[in-house]
Amino acid sequence: MNRREKYEARQRRWSILIAAASTIATLAAIVILVPMAPGWSRVQQSFFSGEVFLKTLPKMLEAFLVDIAIFAWSTPLIAIVGLAAALARSTRSPGLFPLRVFGTIFVDVFRGVPVVLVIYLIGFGVPGLGLPRPWNSPYIWGTVALVLTYSAYVAEILRGGIDSVHPSQRAAGISLGLSESDVMRYIVLPQAVRRVVPANMNMLIALQKDVALLSFIGPVEILRQAGVYKSLLANFTPYVVAAVVFLAVTVPATRYTDYLMNRQNDARS
Amino acid sequence: MMPEARGKEAEGAREKPKLSLVGVTKTFGQQAVLRGVNLDASKGEMVCLIGPSGSGKSTLLRCINLLEPIDEGFVYLDGEDISEPGLKPGPIRRRIGIVFQSFNLFPHMTALANVTLAPRRIHGRSEREMRPAAEALFTRFGLGDHLDKYPDQLSGGQQQRVAIIRALAMQPEVMLFDEITSALDPELVGEVLDVLRQLREDGMTMVIATHEMAFARDAADRVCFIDEGVIAEQGPPEAIFAAPKNRRTQSFLRRVLRRGGVHEAP
Ligand SMILES: Nc1ncnc2c1ncn2[C@@H]1O[C@H](COP(=O)(O)OP(=O)(O)OP(=O)(O)O)[C@@H](O)[C@H]1O
Ligand SMILES: [Mg+2]
Repeated sequence: MNRREKYEARQRRWSILIAAASTIATLAAIVILVPMAPGWSRVQQSFFSGEVFLKTLPKMLEAFLVDIAIFAWSTPLIAIVGLAAALARSTRSPGLFPLRVFGTIFVDVFRGVPVVLVIYLIGFGVPGLGLPRPWNSPYIWGTVALVLTYSAYVAEILRGGIDSVHPSQRAAGISLGLSESDVMRYIVLPQAVRRVVPANMNMLIALQKDVALLSFIGPVEILRQAGVYKSLLANFTPYVVAAVVFLAVTVPATRYTDYLMNRQNDARS
Repeated sequence: MMPEARGKEAEGAREKPKLSLVGVTKTFGQQAVLRGVNLDASKGEMVCLIGPSGSGKSTLLRCINLLEPIDEGFVYLDGEDISEPGLKPGPIRRRIGIVFQSFNLFPHMTALANVTLAPRRIHGRSEREMRPAAEALFTRFGLGDHLDKYPDQLSGGQQQRVAIIRALAMQPEVMLFDEITSALDPELVGEVLDVLRQLREDGMTMVIATHEMAFARDAADRVCFIDEGVIAEQGPPEAIFAAPKNRRTQSFLRRVLRRGGVHEAP
């Protein structure tokens, strides 16, 4: 170990010590002080009841499968619609000008309206048209609302990626005699998509949480199931269960995204 | 224009030029960048473009390759007017290869995939069937071990040689080079210029914008001095470098040669 490494090791030991001490102090304060609050036993009973937790968990997990299903079939649709909107927005051909306008309107509208509102409008509005059976399900149209909203965000992320590819890459492709669409497909898009993977991972994490918003319009997914239990048992613990289940999925996903982002930053520097 | 242009084959020199520019003009907004360029290159000729920064060398090459549309004038390839507005540019660009200063290769593809992309897409050939021919080209230019490497695993000089091979893979009739060595470390310049010399042996018609005065003097068949969007003077390299007639050529050469542009003369 050279002098500098020794110094850094000492610094590291010192900061670990500080972090550990402050964590323990904080936890101790919470564990000792919070129960001293006058309403604590009531809160503990209605939010952190171990009994209710264990009793509701299996059914809650089952309901979470609905969230996962909605998430799973939204994701590829978002990729497709988002890509289409990004390409429409990036087109330079004058003949395709209307397409570009359409892409711009799409992105502006769905980024400009709160997700919940889109879910209400589409999820209740379209089934209200009196479509025949499976097509009047709020489950379908609620998901469509999510897909449209998230596609607008993904389209903007992708377009940023497309713009970030150096113009000389396009020139190099064009000068080989490749068509504009081949240049986009084989040269620009692959580079753009790679660059926006972390940003899109963040969108997926947000989507995973926003699926719960569909509980407002019908499907019995985890949040709605928690609501059912709350009324049934007159206890809020099911909401804590839902939060724990979401954390179990989103925390690893967030860590993984951070890892990807760091790796990308390292690669660039 | 230059009937005594030193074609390597004496009979080649008097033929119809392979590439011919007549009165080419190009403006960007208010700025007239090319103001009536006339330039012929016969088959197998190596023409070097020299001139101050901003004189329009890159623009000229990009216009020949139809990357920029020209305002007035004509560009003929084998006597055919390729500057006709509305002509489909793809098939013409395949006949004219170009290599730029930097950011040439596609970073997400191996060297081989870079080279085979255009033939695969345009002629429907497969990477597998192209590999032996590509391997021969790579080996010839000293890259035999590098087919499957990614651009960031190659040195700048190697990357530029791959970029040249990629342009050659479409079997162009004319090659354009835009300062392909100016982003390279000095010790890598030689290996890239050697490739150009080899292409000259092959009889490739080439137009080369360069700051490498030693190379222009030793290797070129003809040197054109571009200044303020016109070819101010042109002739065989001996004449241009030893006895420039135009005053601006003289002062340009004095400036660059003082910086040591020709010190490695034979
Ligand atoms: N796309 C463009 N838009 C506007 N102006 C441009 C464009 N491309 C080139 N120019 C201008 O045209 C002029 C000639 O540029 P060009 O790149 O052809 O010069 P050059 O002779 O290649 O110079 P250098 O030796 O520095 O490469 C410059 O003044 C440049 O600013
Ligand atoms: Mg230039």
